[in-house]
Amino acid sequence: MADKKRYERPVINKHYSGLMNKFGSRPTTAPKTEIDGVPVNDLVKQFGSPLYVFSEKQIRNNQRNALRIFKTRYPKVQFAWSYKTNYLNAICNIFHQEGSWAEVVSEFEYDKARKLGIKGEHIIFNGPDKSREALLKAIKEKAKIHIDHFDELYDIIELTQETNLKAQVAIRVNLDVGVYPKWDRFGFNYENGEATQALKRIMMNKNLQLIGLHTHIGTYMMTAEAYRIAASKLASLARFLKDEYDTIVNYIDMGGGFASHNTLIGQYLPAEEVVPSMEQFAEAIASGLYELNFKVDEMPTLILETGRALIDDTGYIISTVLANKRLSTGRRALVIDAGVNLLFTGFWYKHSINPAQDSGVNIEDTTIFGPLCMNIDVIRETINFPSLKKGDRVVIDYTGAYNNTQWMQFINMRPNVVMVMEDSTVELIRKSENLDYMLNREILPDKLK
Amino acid sequence: MNIAVTGLNATDNPGPGVPLIRSIREGEGFSGNLIGLIYDSLEPGIYMKDIASKCYLIPYPSSGLEQLYQRILQIHEKEKLDLIIPCLDSELYGFAKLQDRLSAIGIKTFLPTIDQLNIRAKDNLFDFCKSNGINVPKNILANSLQDMYSIPNNFNYPIAVKGIFYDAYIANNFEEALTAFNKLRVKWGYPIILQEFIRGDEFNVVALGDGKGNMVGAVPMRKLYITDKGKGWAGVTLDNPILMEISKKVIEKVKWRSGMELEFIKSAETGEYYLLEINPRFPAWVYLAPSAGQNLPYALVRLAMGEDVEPFTNYTSGIIFVRSSWDLITSIKEYEKIATFGEY
Amino acid sequence: MTNYIVPQNVAISDSGFLFQPATGESYTLNEIGKLIFKMLQSNSSGEQIIEKVCEEYDAEAKSVERDLEDFITQLKHYSLLKLS
Ligand SMILES: Cc1ncc(COP(=O)(O)O)c(C=O)c1O
Repeated sequence: MADKKRYERPVINKHYSGLMNKFGSRPTTAPKTEIDGVPVNDLVKQFGSPLYVFSEKQIRNNQRNALRIFKTRYPKVQFAWSYKTNYLNAICNIFHQEGSWAEVVSEFEYDKARKLGIKGEHIIFNGPDKSREALLKAIKEKAKIHIDHFDELYDIIELTQETNLKAQVAIRVNLDVGVYPKWDRFGFNYENGEATQALKRIMMNKNLQLIGLHTHIGTYMMTAEAYRIAASKLASLARFLKDEYDTIVNYIDMGGGFASHNTLIGQYLPAEEVVPSMEQFAEAIASGLYELNFKVDEMPTLILETGRALIDDTGYIISTVLANKRLSTGRRALVIDAGVNLLFTGFWYKHSINPAQDSGVNIEDTTIFGPLCMNIDVIRETINFPSLKKGDRVVIDYTGAYNNTQWMQFINMRPNVVMVMEDSTVELIRKSENLDYMLNREILPDKLK
Repeated sequence: MNIAVTGLNATDNPGPGVPLIRSIREGEGFSGNLIGLIYDSLEPGIYMKDIASKCYLIPYPSSGLEQLYQRILQIHEKEKLDLIIPCLDSELYGFAKLQDRLSAIGIKTFLPTIDQLNIRAKDNLFDFCKSNGINVPKNILANSLQDMYSIPNNFNYPIAVKGIFYDAYIANNFEEALTAFNKLRVKWGYPIILQEFIRGDEFNVVALGDGKGNMVGAVPMRKLYITDKGKGWAGVTLDNPILMEISKKVIEKVKWRSGMELEFIKSAETGEYYLLEINPRFPAWVYLAPSAGQNLPYALVRLAMGEDVEPFTNYTSGIIFVRSSWDLITSIKEYEKIATFGEY
Repeated sequence: MTNYIVPQNVAISDSGFLFQPATGESYTLNEIGKLIFKMLQSNSSGEQIIEKVCEEYDAEAKSVERDLEDFITQLKHYSLLKLS
């Protein structure tokens, strides 16, 4: 029998003027058949779909790169892994192996870091929600407590008096860096003098050892200049402490917030084009800090709590096509087995999505839905996508940040999470949930049995 | 020499590609091909006689750099491009990021740096002007709806609400500002520029910087007729040393590289000039420059090719352009060529 | 399968470019789309189309049938097919 031609579904595309043309959209999706050298199909065969996949190599690369970029511009740099961004143990431990401390914002995260063997003094305890019990533990273990508000400050003063222990503290400062919205609900305000007020209050108390200054100006920041302004304002607080109290802070913590390379839904140009590079952020922070004019050995350590920019592009979700649909408007739609329950970041990112197999060159403007029985379950409102068959797979890119912490157990249970290791072996790092796991926490009152 | 130019959308909101090509063709000693890079099969420049010798569809900037690069590679294989002149604001970041890769395959560009592009995108224009004694209207960048509710009290209505790349609306009250904000947000995304509105006459300057701080040339113009979309439909070249002085200062200070348009307003109240905007590419009325004695587009080509270009020292004032609309006739067969093969 | 007819004067060229002179709309079809459209123009039945596609292409009748349904829905949506 003569060789038959390769089949591809019949496609008709209408020409619209002023919209995406064929040449504008043809290669938007290139098949992504493997992740770090491991075939997508093998991963699914072994671990099921949907599936979260992380790349150990990429995580280490990102962290090493970032450290190098900052170290070449500022002498003393310490990263602290922002747990809320992704607190799976395997992920945290890679960062810890790379020398990062832990940055936590709840007692749960604090305990998680301690369980991983992180010493109190290498934990930065942030956030507005620290119970007295949590504070006491942190004081005893010499964790670095970043005070968010006066009520917390008074709690700490009381606790240190009661126990006669010393607390290692810093304050979180919010400041105007010319970017809106201002994150002024966290910490003490710089411009209205509240921050200086808090510092004075701390300096009056022998039990409180002021070791640092902290800010976190927002997340997904698209301007490096904002960091220069923030660094220079913290520098001026540090100078105030030196002049008034002859106290030299050990560190200045600039928080996180560097934009990753995911494109926001409201953004016209792709993120790779408009987002500042890590070098630009580093340059800006270093130039702000150098305004300190301290002697070299007095320069504080620069702490960074970078989250999404280190982890976003190391994670993927593999998902399977459940159905093809034609909406009443004639629009093509694809239903896949990963919804916003697993891709929380789909609410604000236009995640890049690629088929995991060769899917032909004919593309069509498509809406991609998740499997939930909810109208909000939209993974991509509009994407130029080839035609896929039921059972085909797609790979959603850059899903590493916030999805494994903000995921929802809704309608379905959470699937497996695996990591492709540097040697290309694959490790399961979080087992999929099952009914027993779910029921384990439930209690059915006797009279309802 | 093979030069590719974008922005052949000579529509009622025109790109500068067509006048740019026209200028280069008239450049003294120029010989070569001018190739159009287009986004839509109906860009008028495609169908104009003696403008582009060949046109290719390219992907929109919003679809990502790699796609654009791959498409340029394909075109380069056929056309052996020496130079690309992107003409649209929304393209410039992409091309600026691609310039090293393009240069590696032998395609030159002559573009502003990312920092220079950011001058207007990142609120820097205001700071820059303030620190250099140039008048500018007050400016804030809105990155969310919430920001609209925090418009400072020192902003008096009307205010100008502008998209980061194109489009501007004048709002007389908060509701109008919000409507404009929403239109712009959907079309161009954030940030959106809110600007103090200064009443007065508009003036524009087309200029070229060599990237070393020299102004190679500049021609000031006053719009004589403005369409309801705010586009100049007729204009006249001016003899105006103040505008020349400010333009020169800007180019020297930022070491501007590439063509540009500076937009000014002369305050009806104080009689002073305010710098409203720097557009990081030639304007659609750029053909007025060679007509007044400064072929700035061709000078850009020569700079890009590494030649030394003597700065222009004068130009003729009182030269007028009047734009017209003119129906080009073609057949569905011609349209088919572009729509199906992406080339014409 | 119901029988459909293609409106008169609709021309499809070798490149797959389709022009509907009644409305001024134009479209591009891929190779299989073009083949099917031409067969619809010459009043072939659904069965004939499926058979032909399976003959020329490496495809299963079942998936061709499903794709044909979808393709016809789209053609109807664009008013390029009417019930006969
Ligand atoms: C205090 C603090 N540090 C660090 C981060 C990490 O931010 P990002 O992931 O944007 O780098 C956050 C996140 O909101 C935070 O609140």
